[in-house]
Amino acid sequence: MQERLVEARRAGEAPDTLLLLEHPPVVTLGRGAHAENLLLDEESLRERGIELHEAGRGGDVTYHGPGQLVGYPVVALQGERRDAHRYLRDLEEGLIATAAALGVRAGREEGLTGVWAGRGKLAAIGVRIGTGWVTSHGFAMNVGDDLSGFDAIVPCGLRDRGVTSLTRETGKTFDLEAVARVAAEHVAAALGLAAVWDAAISSPSARRESA
Amino acid sequence: MRVDVVMPQMGESIAEGTITRWMKQIGETVQRDEPLFEISTDKVDAEIPSPSAGTLVEIKNQAGETVPVNQVVAVLETEAGAAASAPAPKAEATPEPKPEPKPAAPPPAPKAEAPKPTPPTPAPAAAAAESSEGSFVSPVVRKIAAEHGIDPTTVPGTGAGGRVTKKDIQDFVAKGGRPAATPSAPAPAPAPTAPTVTFPAGARVERQAMSPMRKKIAEHMIESRRTSAHVHSVFEVDMTRVVSLRSKYKGLYEERHGTKLTLTPFFLKAACDALRAWPIVNSSVEGNEIVYRKDLNIGIAVALDWGLIVPVVRNADQLSIAGLTMKVNDLAERARTKKLVPDEVQGGTFTITNPGIFGGLFGLPIINQPQVAILGIGGIEKRPVVIDDAIAIRDRMYMSMSYDHRVVDGAVADQFLAHVKKVLQEFDESLL
Repeated sequence: MQERLVEARRAGEAPDTLLLLEHPPVVTLGRGAHAENLLLDEESLRERGIELHEAGRGGDVTYHGPGQLVGYPVVALQGERRDAHRYLRDLEEGLIATAAALGVRAGREEGLTGVWAGRGKLAAIGVRIGTGWVTSHGFAMNVGDDLSGFDAIVPCGLRDRGVTSLTRETGKTFDLEAVARVAAEHVAAALGLAAVWDAAISSPSARRESA
Repeated sequence: MRVDVVMPQMGESIAEGTITRWMKQIGETVQRDEPLFEISTDKVDAEIPSPSAGTLVEIKNQAGETVPVNQVVAVLETEAGAAASAPAPKAEATPEPKPEPKPAAPPPAPKAEAPKPTPPTPAPAAAAAESSEGSFVSPVVRKIAAEHGIDPTTVPGTGAGGRVTKKDIQDFVAKGGRPAATPSAPAPAPAPTAPTVTFPAGARVERQAMSPMRKKIAEHMIESRRTSAHVHSVFEVDMTRVVSLRSKYKGLYEERHGTKLTLTPFFLKAACDALRAWPIVNSSVEGNEIVYRKDLNIGIAVALDWGLIVPVVRNADQLSIAGLTMKVNDLAERARTKKLVPDEVQGGTFTITNPGIFGGLFGLPIINQPQVAILGIGGIEKRPVVIDDAIAIRDRMYMSMSYDHRVVDGAVADQFLAHVKKVLQEFDESLL
């Protein structure tokens, strides 16, 4: 669906869109993936009910699963926003604001793309920029308490850093859709867009917000 | 008309990109704005559209190579008629935020490899280097030079008194300016051209183009000989203990880890131990500096039917013998089935090779740049040796090391080898 949307956005047939969803357990390998950061082979992953995919995005290995808010902005970058690093920083800003709105103090770490909170990495970022500066892939923010899926990998190739989640940082339970609504506002704002919520997409776990 | 395709600038703070995939091959036609190749920088992957319609006639940088922004990576041949109507190809179509249409001058000869591009103008560079010796280099030039690893004195200057201006260095960078050379390899040294050999008329010969891998090996070997001052030491090691440990644990490893225990993990363990004791052997030379490399990333030479490849065991000192066994077997297997990813053959800090597999006593290998030493493992055979005035039959092996005498002296190399020998001869069984 993301790919269809990218095509449509490029052709000018779709507005800038942020897809927000929750994935079944899956480990994805970015283009920069280092084999040694995957700690289990495909078979052992399958035993744990985790699929393995190669994704056409930048970055190393990551894990997606229940209790994680995944966001794919499909946005045609314009003007001064046509800068890959600027785009990464904008996404971080949107996620830091989202965390703040939910009571978690998060920030950046020099040289490490992503959003970090007290105990480790709160959100991972890996993006793709296609023809016409249309973006795809995006971010994954850990919300729930179960982070066991990360045991299968060295997140983003960083051995000495753990992962954390909104629940781990606050001790509170969050409703994923509520988090998605907050993230939609803040990520859109960071990208200079206004959020319009649209839950009309049929895919059960997908929420769309366009601007 | 020929149109250069350059590495686009994907952001203000982005100086280079790694090509991850060519979506078109040489000879294929491409439409304007059709995706031509993919690049990767940091956490971003990007698809780069073709600057104009035409036929791809040259790819200068293969997938896996990292190229500075604005360097020409490919050449398109456009139809003469189409060229007239195609509006300023480069500046428009690539998704450059601020297209700087610096016309990267067509290089004199197609360069096979990006990492070490030869300077486009060797002779003037030499002259400039002399005339500008000790002359003023402005901070901005120095900064740009440092960012690109260029010695500013090797840049041809057009300013007053041969001074290097900001534009000079930018142009130099755009043309793929060569990073500062190591002292023993003077920067302007022209790439060695193979002497043309003439064969007597009627001689029976067959000509064959070198494969890309062959070419790369050839270049690396010559480059290494020109860079390092190779010296060699040879030790004899008693391998009886290691050989018996291996046969003792072979079955157990099959059973417990499902992997074949070879001798390589023993050598890796011994080498790591010695490298920690003699860190200079794990260093590199950069200009007038010695760079001690804190990680022990050990390359293992794997002979292939079609050449040779050196996959790297990263942080080898942090793996157990079982972990090393699995890693080495996996890398070797994937080397043979061509499934290694570029990252797995880069970043080595020391190399082990085994010239002994076909019965050679020992070899004197060439250093794998930018490393400073390579360990050669000879063949193991039973030989009579004198122990306590008695003649015994033992498993013996010659072990050689080639090292770069610029930074490693003979005394250090020999103590390093003595360390490796000691670890092997007294191998700690509890590690298995």
